[in-house]
Amino acid sequence: MEKRELTCIGCPLGCGITVTLDGGKIVDVTGNTCEKGDIYARKEVTNPTRIVTTTVRVSGGQAPMINVKTKSDIPKSKIFECVAALKGVTVPAPVKIGDVILKDAAGTGVDIVAAGNVEKLA
Amino acid sequence: MKTYDLIIIGGGPAGLAAAVSARDSGIESILILERDKNLGGILNQCIHNGFGLHTFKEELTGPEYAARFIEQVKERGIEYKLNTMVMDITPEKVVTVMNREDGLQQLQAKAIILAMGCRERPRGALNIPGYRPAGIYSAGTAQRLVNMEGVMPGKEVVILGSGDIGLIMARRMTLEGAKVKVVAELMPYSGGLKRNIVQCLDDFGIPLKLSHTVVDIEGKNRVEAVTIAEVGPDRKPIPGTEERYTCDTLLLSVGLIPENELSRSAGVELSPVTSGPVVNDGLETNVDGIFACGNVLHVHDLVDFVSQEAAAAGRNAAKYIQGAFDQNARRVRICAEGGVRYTVPSYVRPSEIGDMLTVRFRVGDVYKNHAIAVYFDDQQISRRSRKVMAPGEMEQVILTGKQLSQYPDLQKITIRIEEA
Repeated sequence: MEKRELTCIGCPLGCGITVTLDGGKIVDVTGNTCEKGDIYARKEVTNPTRIVTTTVRVSGGQAPMINVKTKSDIPKSKIFECVAALKGVTVPAPVKIGDVILKDAAGTGVDIVAAGNVEKLA
Repeated sequence: MKTYDLIIIGGGPAGLAAAVSARDSGIESILILERDKNLGGILNQCIHNGFGLHTFKEELTGPEYAARFIEQVKERGIEYKLNTMVMDITPEKVVTVMNREDGLQQLQAKAIILAMGCRERPRGALNIPGYRPAGIYSAGTAQRLVNMEGVMPGKEVVILGSGDIGLIMARRMTLEGAKVKVVAELMPYSGGLKRNIVQCLDDFGIPLKLSHTVVDIEGKNRVEAVTIAEVGPDRKPIPGTEERYTCDTLLLSVGLIPENELSRSAGVELSPVTSGPVVNDGLETNVDGIFACGNVLHVHDLVDFVSQEAAAAGRNAAKYIQGAFDQNARRVRICAEGGVRYTVPSYVRPSEIGDMLTVRFRVGDVYKNHAIAVYFDDQQISRRSRKVMAPGEMEQVILTGKQLSQYPDLQKITIRIEEA
């Protein structure tokens, strides 16, 4: 039996979770205080994923940058590729929360969407 | 003089939530004063996710979380002024403001909510020897530069302090192509949330050196290198443990201080521990009709709790304006003892709390397998075991109206950390 100690990143509470593995198979998850923790722990020991947030440039907007994020979590190993795919991307204002900025980022099948609002320069 | 029922100082998360709840409690005449060019406050530069899990059951970025509240303010048609600096508040609740359109103006409020937030402790407060070259930034300044202005402050980075903004910026600078060489923390524990250590440092292999501090900054025009050393239990550097890191940038994430210059001028009593106002359960300060919430009151870890606290301040300010806030109700002091550094609120009016009251506090050290005990005078009321408590993570206890009603002669409430 192998025990792995994790800190849940589902929310800022940061619950300490213990996952018990038997030959790579999860037999027990303890320490989580919600369902999210259970899901996180199972994923973290098999296929760790993260939501990636960054910024891209905006042209003709009231702000020069806009917050963007992966619409859902992507494999941890794809974080840098995903950010690299956004280098050089400029979006014209206006941009609204949820607007798709880049489809299928770094072959993850996940879209990058706007996570802020930038209005057009008056 | 123009008058408003309620003036809210600050249009960040606290000010926005306070305004929405005051309006929903029946207050029509509300004005929010914001010095920046947008509502939303510091959330606008916090592009990482994890906001709003408690409030919206979703993981939002800072701008997304702010947008939800800005929308609520706009839907309700609540008046706000941007690019407007508050110069002074008097105990009589006259607010002196200045902006380019109106010039200098005085406004009379029936009630005021202080929601000015906090600011970062600067280098000058640290006594680090060395020159004063370019390349030394507070973590929040770097965050604003990278996320809002689109400018990178440097390429090779050392971070002093492991507060949340420092941890978040370690990841952010790394994603933008900088090399973050080390995060040094003076204390033997991190000042940030555990989850941020996992996903901002561990994920990227950035070392965190606890019990370390900066002892030298080299470079005359631009930072060229930073030397860190281990510190002993007295927090003094231990000779012989120095390590030199070549770098062009030093970020400081060494604490946040509630911004209370205006509170002081209004005669608001401040706590020497939190640097924020001393308040009762209604979040009212010692000055009649002046309330406080959010990071100006005490520095929070989670914006969700700021929003909750601010909503309570909005409801109570509404009650005050409507003449339903009983300031003369008997009050009981909450004493923070045995590892509890402070509590918010500091006073409870047992007759006024309704069903329950959340008392928030921080501990002064890392406690493993300890319990949070609550006493009404000498009687233990509750005891809750906690596996780990740390200064970087806010704790809470809930007092119920039912408990309090059973102790009509209660003199003081004590919250302390005890061995489990």
